[in-house]
Amino acid sequence: MALLTANNVAIERGGRRLLSGLRLSVESGDIWQLVGANGVGKTSLLRALAGVAKLGVSGQIKRDQPRLYLGDAHALKKNLSALDNLRCHPACDIHASDEAIFSALASLHLAGYEERPVGSLSAGQQRRVALTRLLLSQAPLWLLDEPFTALDVSGCDWLDAQIRSHVSAGGAVVYTSHQSSRFGALQQDIDLVHHVC
Amino acid sequence: MSADIPLLSIREAFSRQFMRHFKALMGSPTDMANPLLFFFMVVTLFPMGLGPNPERLSVMAPGLLWVVALLSSLMVSSKLFGSDFEDGSLEQLAVAPYPLAILVMGEVSAHWLGTGLLLAVVSPLFGVMLGLPAHGLDVLFYSLVLGTVCLTLIGAIGSALTVSIRRGGLLMSLLVIPLNVPVLIFGNTAVSEAVSGGNPSTWLALLGGFAMGSLALVPIAISAALRVSLDN
Repeated sequence: MALLTANNVAIERGGRRLLSGLRLSVESGDIWQLVGANGVGKTSLLRALAGVAKLGVSGQIKRDQPRLYLGDAHALKKNLSALDNLRCHPACDIHASDEAIFSALASLHLAGYEERPVGSLSAGQQRRVALTRLLLSQAPLWLLDEPFTALDVSGCDWLDAQIRSHVSAGGAVVYTSHQSSRFGALQQDIDLVHHVC
Repeated sequence: MSADIPLLSIREAFSRQFMRHFKALMGSPTDMANPLLFFFMVVTLFPMGLGPNPERLSVMAPGLLWVVALLSSLMVSSKLFGSDFEDGSLEQLAVAPYPLAILVMGEVSAHWLGTGLLLAVVSPLFGVMLGLPAHGLDVLFYSLVLGTVCLTLIGAIGSALTVSIRRGGLLMSLLVIPLNVPVLIFGNTAVSEAVSGGNPSTWLALLGGFAMGSLALVPIAISAALRVSLDN
């Protein structure tokens, strides 16, 4: 089952064509990593796939399933608590009870920080609050922009395990990272260099 | 994995956005106090600049109060979507499976409640400070309740259009002030009529019509403007 298909996608930004002729079909169970040097257009492509940006994107992108997009900005209000931030998240994709949010935060080692303003947490902890959405949202397609940044080793292992269990349950993940293939044979790479004109 | 994931009702999605921004606003009292402080300072300075002549002040009071209300509303609306743009909330709103216009209205109404309505509630006090006759105070309040709805909504379009531009404040003022002029004229005339013993209800009705019209149409403009800003 294709969760997302992109056909002949080209992206132009600021009068410069970043990539063209991109074909991608994300099936359930897939892990795709977008690779390429800085500035090659990984984030632009991910934003286009998520449907955040439409200007300068040509070709067809078809999304049949709800998707969870996690950008490099965390979409957290600094003076709200982690609990409020997740309860009233702007993506409106969290249907969990408060107890479920508490236990999800606890599994990310954020127990005791639920009611503290997010602005008082460290960068890594804020990243963990943002990543808690992965546990609470039920969207089958995850689009993650540099999800491993600012995470410590145990955080990276946790995310690794989450992604593995998500795809084995029939979900799919598209992510960008500068770390080379964490998921070995499970994942497929799109090297954007091949699509640059 | 099942394809049918439960969706929130639109009302629930709206109220969550409302709560998010209302709590965020409550969490930073200075953002709420700033426009009131600005209002207070200007209202205190006018009698000093114009001379302590109560008759002259009370004639000018409706216009002064309305101009200051417009400026302080402009001041706060200019950064309505600024923090959402920076912290990535706007991207998330744009991918949410609900109409952006409705989600954004949750935010705008929380903003109005914490700034516009608050201003209208406090305004009779400022009216008294400028010697506005007592029978004009209630009309001042009603005209500002309706007027700040218009001012906030128009300001929200300006903020949505300029949010991705660095130092977009000046551009935003240029865009928004001409649109605010009719609101200023209706509101100011309503209060002046009430003070001079005339009938303010025509002007209040016009202002109400303007507010309802903006409520119906402006959300569409805001969501279109935000999508343009996100594309930059």
